[in-house]
Formats: sequence, C-alpha cells, structure tokens
Amino acid sequence: MTASSDVGFHAQRQARWHYGEAAFWLVVLACGFLFPTRYLIMTDILRLALFTMSLDLILGYAGIVSLGHAAFFGVGAYAAGLLALHGIINEPVLALIVAGLAAMVLGFATSFLVIRGVDLTRLMVTLGIALLLEALAERFSNITGGTDGLQGIEMQPIFGEIPFDMFGKAGFFYSLAVLFVLFLLARRVVHSPFGLSLRAIKNNPLRAAAIGIPVNRRLIAIYTLAAFYAGIAGALFTQATAIASLDVFAFERSADLMLVLVIGGTGYLYGGLIGAVVFRMLQELFSTITPQYWQFWIGLVLVVIVLVGRQRLHRWVLYVPNLIIKQVAGRKAVVAVPESEA
Amino acid sequence: MTAILTNLFDGVAYGMLLFVLACGLAVTLGLMNFVNLAHGAFAMAGGYVCMVLVNRMGWPFFAALPLAFVSSAAIGIALERTLYRHLYTRSHLDQVLFTIGLTFMSVAAVDYIQGSSRVFINLPAALQGQFDVFGVGIGRYRLMIIVICGLLTIGLQMVLAKTRFGSRLRAAVDDPRAASGLGINVPQVFAFTFAFGCGLAGLGGALSAEILGLDPYFPLKFMIYFLIVVTVGGSSSITGPFLASLLLGIGDVAGKYYVPKMGPFVIYTMMIVILIWRPNGLFGRTAAR
Repeated sequence: MTASSDVGFHAQRQARWHYGEAAFWLVVLACGFLFPTRYLIMTDILRLALFTMSLDLILGYAGIVSLGHAAFFGVGAYAAGLLALHGIINEPVLALIVAGLAAMVLGFATSFLVIRGVDLTRLMVTLGIALLLEALAERFSNITGGTDGLQGIEMQPIFGEIPFDMFGKAGFFYSLAVLFVLFLLARRVVHSPFGLSLRAIKNNPLRAAAIGIPVNRRLIAIYTLAAFYAGIAGALFTQATAIASLDVFAFERSADLMLVLVIGGTGYLYGGLIGAVVFRMLQELFSTITPQYWQFWIGLVLVVIVLVGRQRLHRWVLYVPNLIIKQVAGRKAVVAVPESEA
Repeated sequence: MTAILTNLFDGVAYGMLLFVLACGLAVTLGLMNFVNLAHGAFAMAGGYVCMVLVNRMGWPFFAALPLAFVSSAAIGIALERTLYRHLYTRSHLDQVLFTIGLTFMSVAAVDYIQGSSRVFINLPAALQGQFDVFGVGIGRYRLMIIVICGLLTIGLQMVLAKTRFGSRLRAAVDDPRAASGLGINVPQVFAFTFAFGCGLAGLGGALSAEILGLDPYFPLKFMIYFLIVVTVGGSSSITGPFLASLLLGIGDVAGKYYVPKMGPFVIYTMMIVILIWRPNGLFGRTAAR
C-alpha cells in the first residue's frame, strides 16, 4: 500500500458516518419530544451550537483566531430583523438564507483584511471589525433602532404553513432542521479534499503553499463560508426571539463563543454542539448560585481550562467512555482526541 | 482657534494617559509576544485601590498614587509567578482564552466588592478647575497628568537606553536564548518588567478615574484602546507606542468634539487601515518576529 492511498483510506474512513454520530442526532431529536417545557432554552442551545460550528470552521480547521465573530452574527440578526420588519421577505426560510448571504458578503469583503498578517493582527482586525459594526449600528439608529433595538418584528409562518407558537415548539424544530442541514454541509466540506487542504494550511501554511495549495484563496473561501453560518445563526436568533439589539455585536458574545468552542473541543464539528450544551448548563448553574456574578465563574472555567490544558482535559473526559467502548467494540473503535492545537 | 488649542491640550493629556496605561502592554505584547487582554484589569485594580484610600480612608491623593502603583505591581508579580509564567510558550489562542477569563473574573469581582456604578476619586482643591493661558483653557488636572506622564516617559526611555537593566531587557527580548547564555536571568527580567508594566497601568488607572471614568467594565471598555496603542505603535522602542498614544488621544478627543455622531467609528477605521497598511505597526520594525 502506497503512502498516498493510505492517507486516502484514513480520510475516507474518518468521513464515514459512525453509529455514535447517528445516535447523537437521535438523542438531540428525542430531547425535542422529551422536554416539551424547555423549548426556549433548547432552541437557544441549538443556535449557539450553529454559531460555534461556524467558529470551528475557521478556528478548528483553518486556524484563524477571531475575536470578532459576533460581527457576522449581528449582521445576520439585523438583516433578518429588517427583512421581517419592513415586510420585504416574509417567508422565514428565505429570509434566513438572504440574511446568511448578507453576512457572507461581509465575510468575503473582510476576509482580505483577515488573511493578511499573523495571529495578533488577525485578532485586532476581527475585533476592530466587530466594534466598527457596533458603532455603525449605534450611529444609524434610524435604521437599527439604536440601543432600543429592532422592535415589533412579527414572524410569518414557515413556508406559509407552520406558525411560530408561543412555547417555541415550531422554533425548536425549525432551528434543529436548519442546524442539521448546515451540519451535513459542513461535514461534507471538511471531509472533502478542500477541507483536508485547510488542515494542511493550519498545520503549516508555508509547507501547504509549497505543495501547491492556494493558501489565501482557501482561507478566503472558508472564512466566507463561516460568515454565512454565523449570519444564519444570527438570523435564527432574531426569528426565534423577535428582537435584534446592539448586543448582538458585543465583544462578550465573541468571547463566550470561544469558550463554548474550547469546552467542546475544536476541529471535529461536534465540539460546538457539545460545548453549547455544557456552556448553557454551566451558565444556568452559575446564575442560580449567583445571579449577578456568573461571569466570574465563566472566567474561572476559562482560566482552569487553559491551565490544565485543553488536550489533557479532553483525554480525561473521554477516558471513561473509551474504556467502555474498548470493552464493547475492541481497541480500534475508541474516540480519539482531535488535534486541537490552533 | 483657542478651542482647537484646548482640544489639542486635552488630546495630549488623554494620549499621555493612554501611554502610561498601555506601555506595560507594549512590553508584554510587543516584546514578550504574550497576548495579555487582561491588562486593563491591572489598571482597574490601581484605580480602585486609589479610590478606597482617598475616599474611604482619607489619604491625600498624591500619597495614594504610589500605592496604586505598588499594589498593581504586587498583583502583577503574584499572577506572573503563579499563572502567566506557564503560558509564555503556549499558543496565542490559549493566551487569549486565559486572559479573557481573567478579565471576566476581575470585572465580576470588582462588581461584587464595589458595586457596578462609576466611582469618583475626591481630588484636592488645587487640582480642580482650570486657568487661562492667552485665552486657552488649561485644566489643572490635565496639566498634572501631562507633567507626571511626561516625566515617566522620559524616565522610562532613560532606563531602557542607559541602565544595565535596560540593556538586559533589550537583550532578553531580542534573543532570549543568547541572553540566558550570557548569564542574564531572562525569566527574572521578564517578571520584573511585567510587574513594572502592571504598576504603571495601576498608576494610569488611578489617574484616569477622573477622565476616562472608572467602573467594573473598565478592562473591557478600554481593552481595544490599549491594543490599538501597542499594535499601531509597534514594539521596537518606547517612542512608537508613545506617538501612537498621542495620535489616538488627539484623534479621539478631536473626533468626539468635531464629529460627535461618528462616535468611535474614526478610531476603529484608522486602526484597521493602519494594520492593513503596516501589519507591524506604524513605527514597528519590518522584520517578522
């Protein structure tokens, strides 16, 4: 067996669907039926998961550290809000796609700024873009509603058939469907040759360029795609809550997002989903203990995660499940710790 | 005309203040290549120490300033020895996460201890009000800031350029391996520099309570300003960040005065343009580190 076919074999085997993955999605779907009183928070988790998946695409696969990913979330949120408020596009799914495209255009435009320079410049530029948009949204308050936000948004039924109900049931299954479709797309993308080339770029841009990967064009492409995802997440936020306010651009949103992704782990797509669940549960727990100061504990979690080391933490978490899997399915089936050094 | 001069004066004072606040970050971020987003937290600590001493315990303002410096430096060295030290060699992502965590903790902790409203430091009467020089209104407090910060800047430049410690620091930054080979205790030099930078930030925090406003969200609100100073100013010398702070201070004051509706828009645009144009900063060295 030659080396290249060996690589192809492994890539293909990784790309195949595992039982675990199917089980994961079944559990998510089952949650929708098991906890009918918790639709609002579960919708929130799904949205956060989608947003985190977007960051995972650029951070986990392409190695771009962004401190301003909320920019795209915000653009999507405002786009969806404005479309619905002025009755331009009443159908939610169509509005969702248009809002995603709006964020995508911004992502494409700013990607040229982001791919220049090293980590530090990227941090600054992404942060600057998010702050710039926040300032803009505040400045043009006649369009965005300023600090009050967009109010009085009324969502039309999905496909003209399924209305949003006050318990959020329709919202939940709508979000779940969107998340699943986008997940399938992301999964396809990261396991394609394109996705593999992104990993090569992340590990060593210079070497990737030397073997003929057009580094900048790949980075622009994935950044634009991630912006689309973030825009969709933002639009879902507006559609489910019927408000869009300035805090969609806030720095805390971008920072929390990083925490979510780090909790879940980067570079295997499920990190965002798992991280979102854990993060929201932590947040709930902390706010019941200290309603006003939960941010302290969130900060502490971040510090501890970094000090312990992300790799080591994920090994600990996977230790028991792997032990069980080893007993049942043999050594080969263990869940490996994904490479997450960004 | 006089309005322009008054604005210029205010801008210079603001810029000087930013420089004192941010020059510690210029060392950690620019020279030691450590992304410390929690720098504002040290400034806030200094500000609150000064506030407690002056308002609650009745210390004179000028006696409280050095203590603000010392307490921030002490917090800085404690954290450096226990936590930061382990992260120098880690990836930027880890450093970002860690320092964001610290910032969140500091915000919530100060909110818990002192409440979330803005605090003021009682200034002595001698520092209040303003006087006219040829029709230009000069605020006494701002004049004091310019004097203090100007002296500090000159002092820093002298220390860096003339003293033995300064040359050790420059050596340690240029090439840590060669420096330690020459018998320079690099970690110690870094720790001392880090603590000193934190102390300066604490002093700046105490001075800035009157001008920038001091509340628990200080580290988050001004993080971007500190980062701008360092990234725009570059890190090859102390003059770069100094000029960048002045530019930022004057630009911000003028922007708020002449185009109040544009808000912070001008500053952010300027920063992005400069970063795209010269990724190593306006005054930075061109070689990638």
